[in-house]
This record gives sequence, structure tokens and C-alpha cells, in this order.
Amino acid sequence: MAEFSLPANSRVGKGKFHPAPAGAKRVKRFNIYRWNPDDGQNPRLDTFEVDLDDCSPMVLDALIKIKNEVDASVTFRRSCREGVCGSCAMNVDGTNTLACIKAIDDVGGDVNVYPLPHLPVVKDLVPDLSTFYAQYAAIEPWLQSESAAPAKERLQSREERAKLDGLYECVMCACCSTACPSYWWNGDRYLGPAILLQAYRWLVDSRDEATGERLDALEDPFRLYRCHTIMNCAKTCPKHLNPAKAIAEIKKMMVERR
Amino acid sequence: MSLRTPLGRVRGLGSAKDGVGHWWLQRVTAVALVPLAVILVGMMLHLARADHATVLAYMGHTYVATFTALGLIAAFWHLKLGIQVVVEDYVHTERLKVAALLANTFGCIVFAGLGVVAVLTLAAGV
Repeated sequence: MAEFSLPANSRVGKGKFHPAPAGAKRVKRFNIYRWNPDDGQNPRLDTFEVDLDDCSPMVLDALIKIKNEVDASVTFRRSCREGVCGSCAMNVDGTNTLACIKAIDDVGGDVNVYPLPHLPVVKDLVPDLSTFYAQYAAIEPWLQSESAAPAKERLQSREERAKLDGLYECVMCACCSTACPSYWWNGDRYLGPAILLQAYRWLVDSRDEATGERLDALEDPFRLYRCHTIMNCAKTCPKHLNPAKAIAEIKKMMVERR
Repeated sequence: MSLRTPLGRVRGLGSAKDGVGHWWLQRVTAVALVPLAVILVGMMLHLARADHATVLAYMGHTYVATFTALGLIAAFWHLKLGIQVVVEDYVHTERLKVAALLANTFGCIVFAGLGVVAVLTLAAGV
């Protein structure tokens, strides 16, 4: 059966408290999930007080400040700090998002920071995305064409190119998939919203010639049809995309070819 | 413990090449149930305080009997498809899952059968 309670070694305990420096006027508390695979301890929630007058505006800025100035062992992924790499996906204030484009001021009260839900944790805020990436590889996310390659680029009309809008912007941060209850319960077989949006990106690409084979590979009660239009994916997407719509379009293609 | 690669696990046994039929029939039965449910509820309200003789006479009409039977079939078919999805979502113990899916299929067929036979019995005025 689906597991609804955390196993004993996953219960989150109280952690350390790091007060703000003396004289700080605008203090914000960050409660950060900590787990170290090497110390045999349960996860804990460390609290860091940050002086917002001495910190840049985004949640990632505060995390970097904490790591630089308070506790160098706080572990998280980050790279571009502007919402295009998808590395710093985490659960902030109860919603999966990119820490680099989430403003601290948008969070009322304490800022609670957890890793993406329902994935194995590697350390602190770093989840294990191996299955997620394998699922991406499984949909063969590259252009497949048997026609002889043209001398220059493969042409698309403006209308054909426009079909990729709302799809190509996906940065594969996994916020949507890890917000999806269907992906939580059946993530081993259900591809999840991020991967299905990517699959649709290739299904509607006018230059791709493997549409039928791609649909064949997706036609499965679990790979595709575990989507029950819960819509958490569209709600949480930090890039404001709509994976649920892409999945609905795939389902329509499945019916269309019958 | 498995040392299989993530890609091997994800590809698993491959695509079942199935699921469209289930998805489509769930929508077809849903569409059918929009008018049929209205008719069934309307009839039940109409007959709520009727005596046995009135019900017998009413259910003897061909259209009444037909739409009642079709409504029952559509409702139980839709129910079967819906519960199947819930079981597949949440029950991950293989034996329990197969047992639940069988119970669901048989249960829905039995109740639909009982309902249709009851309608026919009423229609025949037995």
C-alpha cells in the first residue's frame, strides 16, 4: 500500500539555533532541513536568523549567505542564480520552487526550506534525481528524423515554431513532478509531468519524424495515464508553464490516432 | 538491493500499449451518465411516494425500463473503471492488487446484473 506516514528514521527533529548578529533590525528566520548521511542521525530542522538589511532579496541569496557566514556544511545545489538552470529547486514555504527566483519578502513569517518532496535525500537540500533523469533519457529527448539531413538548418514555419512555446522554456527542475501525488505513489512507473511535458515538446515538433514511435512508448496505463489532472504541476511551476495541458494534449493525440 | 541501472528500471517491461481504451470509455460513460443520471434521479423523485401498483405500471413503459437499465449499466461500468484506477494508484502489494481488481470487476458486474434483471422483472410485471 501507499505509505502515508514517515518511517522512524525520517522523522524530523529540532536542530540548532543560529541567532541574528547583534544590532540586526530586519530579522527573518530560515528553518532549514538538515540531514547528513554520514552521522547516523535523524533529519533535523536548523533555524538561522538572517539580517535582511545585509542580504540580497532571494531565498537562494539567504542560503548562500548562511553557507558563507554561519554554517559552511549547509548543502544545496545552485548555479545560474537567475531561474534558467533549474538546479536550486526546493520546497520553500510549502511550495516547490526555484530558490533563486523566490523573493524572501513573498514569504510571510518564517521561511521553511525543505528538499523536493518524496525523493531520496542525498544530503540536506540535495535530492537524488537519478530516476528522474533516467525517465528523461527514456523518452529520447532529441530530434529523430529519417529524411536526409538538409544542407542548412531544418526549416519550420512560424506556426510550427509557435507550438513549442510554453514547452521549450522548461528547465527540468523537477518542481512539478515532485509536487504530483501520482508521481509520489507511482514514480517508478509514471513518467510524471516534467518528463511528459518534454515528451510532448518532441511530439509537436514539426521537424521530428518519430511521433508514432514516441506515442507507442507512452501508451501505457502507468507511464502516461496515471495523470489524474490534479494540476499541482501547473500550480507549482516556477516558470509558469502548464505540464497538465501538455499531458492532456498527449492523451488527445492517443485518441486521434485510433 | 538492485544494481540495475536507473534507465533499465525505468524502461522496465516496456510500454503496455494500452490505456487509451480505458481513458476513452471512462469519458464515454461519463457523457452518457449526464442525461441518464438526470432521468434516473427524476424517476426516483417521481416514484418516491408511489404505491406498488403505480411503480409497476410506470416501470412497464418501454422507455422507462430501457433508460433505467442503460443508466445502471453506464453507472456500474463507470464505477468499475474509476475504482480500478484507485486500486492501481494505491495498492502496491501485487496479490492484494489482483484480488482487489477482481473483486471490483466481479462486484460491479454482479450489481449491474442484479439491477438490470430487477428492471426487466418490473417491466414484465411479474
